[in-house]
This record gives sequence, C-alpha cells and structure tokens, in this order.
Amino acid sequence: MTVVAARELRDGEVVFVGIGLPNLACNLARATHAPNLVLIYESGAVGAVPERVPVSIGDPALVTGSLMVCGMADVFQLFLQNGKIEVGFLGGAQVDRYGNINTTVIGPYERPAVRLPGSGGAAEIAVHAQRTLIIAKLNARAFPERVDFVTSPGQRSGGRTRRELGLPGAGPVKVITDKGILEADGTTGEMTLMALYPGVSPEDVQARVGWPLARRDRLATVDPPSARDLRLLREVLDPKMLYLKPKGDGKTA
Amino acid sequence: MRDAVSRFVRDGDTVVIEGFTHLICFAAGHEIIRQGRRDLTLARLTPDLIYDQLIAAGCVRKLVFSWAGNPGVGSLHAFRRAVEGKRGEGGNTRALEIEEYSHFGMVARFSAGAARLPFWPLRNYGGTDLPRANPRIKTVACPYTGETLATVPALNPDVTIVHAQRADAAGNTQMWGLLGVQKEAAFASTRVIVVVEELVEETVIRSDPNRTVIPGMIVSAVVVEPWGAHPSYAQGYYDRDNDFYVAWEAISRDPAKLGRYLEEFVHGVPDRAGYLAKQPGLAARLKAKERLSRGVNYGF
Repeated sequence: MTVVAARELRDGEVVFVGIGLPNLACNLARATHAPNLVLIYESGAVGAVPERVPVSIGDPALVTGSLMVCGMADVFQLFLQNGKIEVGFLGGAQVDRYGNINTTVIGPYERPAVRLPGSGGAAEIAVHAQRTLIIAKLNARAFPERVDFVTSPGQRSGGRTRRELGLPGAGPVKVITDKGILEADGTTGEMTLMALYPGVSPEDVQARVGWPLARRDRLATVDPPSARDLRLLREVLDPKMLYLKPKGDGKTA
Repeated sequence: MRDAVSRFVRDGDTVVIEGFTHLICFAAGHEIIRQGRRDLTLARLTPDLIYDQLIAAGCVRKLVFSWAGNPGVGSLHAFRRAVEGKRGEGGNTRALEIEEYSHFGMVARFSAGAARLPFWPLRNYGGTDLPRANPRIKTVACPYTGETLATVPALNPDVTIVHAQRADAAGNTQMWGLLGVQKEAAFASTRVIVVVEELVEETVIRSDPNRTVIPGMIVSAVVVEPWGAHPSYAQGYYDRDNDFYVAWEAISRDPAKLGRYLEEFVHGVPDRAGYLAKQPGLAARLKAKERLSRGVNYGF
C-alpha cells in the first residue's frame, strides 16, 4: 500500500506530508523515482531531507539540512492557503463514498464512542492542496457510506459539491487501499474502483465498503512492489517497523 | 521555576505552553501540577503528553486544541477518558470542556491575539463539520469581494510559557529548529515566561539578531532549566525521548499507572534537577550531535 501510494507522486512535486504512512510513502518516493520531491511538513520544515525515518512530523531530523524552516503561520498562510501545495497526503479513521475523511470522533460529537485526535492540519490540506491522496486500509468499519464527522471535505459534503462550497483544491482524487485503488468520478464525485491488487476480486473490495461501489469498465491490476522497494522500506526507511506494523487509531492528521 | 509559576500562573487562568513537538516545556507543566493549580483553561495546537498529565492531575477545566494524539505513537488516554466520559482521575469529577479547531484555526487565533485584532479570517472549513462542533468558528462576508470567509476569534492567554535554546537576562530569546506558533502565542499573551537551556550574555544575542524570536520587552520572567523540555527535544541540545513517548501509551492507558508516574516523577521530586537525577543516562542516550551552521556577516 505504501509502495502504491509512493508511485502516485511525481518527481519535483511539492507535497504536504501527513504523519504515518503518508510520511513513509513520501520518503520512499524521494528515495526512488522522485528524488526532487519537495517535502513540506506542517511543523514548518520545507524541502526536508530526513536522514532517519521521521518518528513524527515534528522530528528534529526534518530540520537538519532542509531548505527552509518557518513558523506555522507561514506554513498555513504563505504555502497552503497561497496555493503552493500540489499534493496533500492524508490518512483517516473513516473515509466515505465521496472521500470525506473523519479523524475526529466515532459516534456523536458530544458523546463519542471513540475520541480520535481531530483535524490537525488535515481540514485545510483537504481544502487547499491542488489534489489530495488518501491512504487507508480497506474494511467496512473504515469505509462507511457517510462518515460520522466530516473533518476533511471530500468531493461532496452535505450534498454540496466542492465548487458550491468554494473549495480551491481538487480534493481527494484517489484513495490508496491495501486491496485496490479508488478514484473520484469526474461527474458524480463518487469514489470508484479503478484498480485491484493481484489476486483481489471486485467482490473482495465491495465486501469491505459500506456503499454500492461503482467500478470502471476496465479494472487495472496494480503492479506488486519491486524487491528494491521492499528492501528500502524494510531495511532503510522503516527498519523498526514504526509505520509498517498495524496500529490502532491516532496516527492520522 | 517555582517562583515564576507561583507569581505568574493563577487558578482559573488561560495557560499556553506552546512548542510543536519541539521545545515543549514539561518542566513548567510539572511545576504547575506540583503547585496544585486548578480550573485552568489550557490551549495548545497539540496537547501532547504534558497536557495529558495536567488533565490527569486535575488542573484543567477546559482544553482548546486542534490535534490531541500522542505524536507518532497513538492516543492521549487521560484526555480520551475525560472526553469519552470516564472520569474520576485526580479528583476531577466534572467533564473536561473542549473547544476544537484545526491547526490553521489555532494559528489564526494566536495571530489575531498577537495583532490585538478581535478575529482572523481564513479560507477554510467549507464542507467540514468543525463549525457545527464549535460555534465560535463563524463566517464573514469580505467587504471587497463579497466572498464568504471563515473566522476564528482571537486567543489572548493570561500566560504563555515558551521553552527556547537561549536567552539573555532581559528575556531576549533565541530559538532555532521548528518554531511552531511560539512567537504569536507570546505576543498574544498578557504574561510570558521564557524557559531556556542556556542563559547567555546580551552580546551573544546581539551577534545574531535574526535568530531572536521573542524580545525581552514582552517577557515577564526568564527561567534557566537545562533539559526542561524533556521528553520533547531541543534542536542542537538533545533529541526527543521517543522511548518515553512510546511508554506513555501504556502509562496513560491505566489511571493507576498514570497516578504512580505523577507521584514518582512530578510530586515526588522538588524540581527539574530532581526529575533529572532519577533518570541518569539521558545525556548519553539523547545528546544532540553537532551540525553547526556556517554563520553570516552582519557587517555594513
């Protein structure tokens, strides 16, 4: 999933990097096909070249050797709101039919069954990044028809399109999962099955999604990760399995 | 530290201990717990372990925040218990009140506070449920274009506590590495406590004025407290104690364990020196490697 996500990044792009798997995918892309990727972290590191896998998005290794370190008011106003971010990369506890993301609460806000960390910078990344990529493991609990709480807006929220809501960025264009890839339909805004991992059927994906999943007429097959990608991930980028092991909530934002 | 907290942090205050992962003043948070402050409104983008500890210690009435997790690890369990309705820690019988934003929203609140404006406009929150959860997020029609913009109210803390690498005795404070929102939080505040790794002569500050983030004129007190940001970090001084951040998952999950932690490492020591004496080997494990900047010519 991390390798598939890394492939979505093009060399030279300016990426706003979220914590967790997005962090790992961006650093994998930089180590392979996109050496000129410009990594911007909400903590203020611009053009970061971390010599170790960053433990958090505020890791001191993001500062050492970076192009610029600025305050967070500058990150959000001069970079993000200014439109300088080409790709926003987000995870989420829940992702719905239109790519709305919930990282706030499971259950009602006033009396939550599970209190998640909240937005962090995710709400504004989803509003402003020129395009957004979502990375999340596929299961029915995580992919309901409607999220319990919209932390970060997708293609359509409360029945209104991004244009109607006045959102500058294109929003979530793809959802990278561990079974296949969904992409936003240009007309309906629905997350639509476009590619499957080898050995996965459309029914396997549908069983883990809480709405009747539309699919492309021709489904692509995702290339498996190369030996080099796997070696980089397991031996160089995340040897302690900080990100690659399955974890509970709390790693999004 | 004892004098600074005693003089400048009062029951019922709105208190900000800022620092985004970097330079979080745990030493001040622990002293606030030791002095038994109550009914505090704590504001911070990322409450982090220090606010989880203050919540567990019963110091907090209300939390204002934008991302309440254990960065890179998981949850803040004292916070979660207080919000999910499992109360009773530290004699805290009331629910924790929360006021929630996104990071941009919190940064904008401090920016408004620092500029002494009543609110700050931002292009944000369309399609999100955040304004429904927090009615203080409102909108305004731009008087020039007619565009609807989101607004957040100014945040003006009673006291802001900032940890930094160095300052002079007058409080002229220099920091480097991740700068977070400390400058805005300090300028927004009525009182400012600066806590530093090193006290330096004014000539050191004057030799590199671009590195000064907080001027002495807004500083109420300067405290010298080496390793005062542990288990967070100070760039160029010591690395983040990630082992402790990972360990906090199990400590904070169990209220009894959390209570024992506070007993041993906060109430059970008189000050930061006592806290450090209980953890020999921190320097060997976490001391920063040298990566010096090249320096610039300020001549004319």
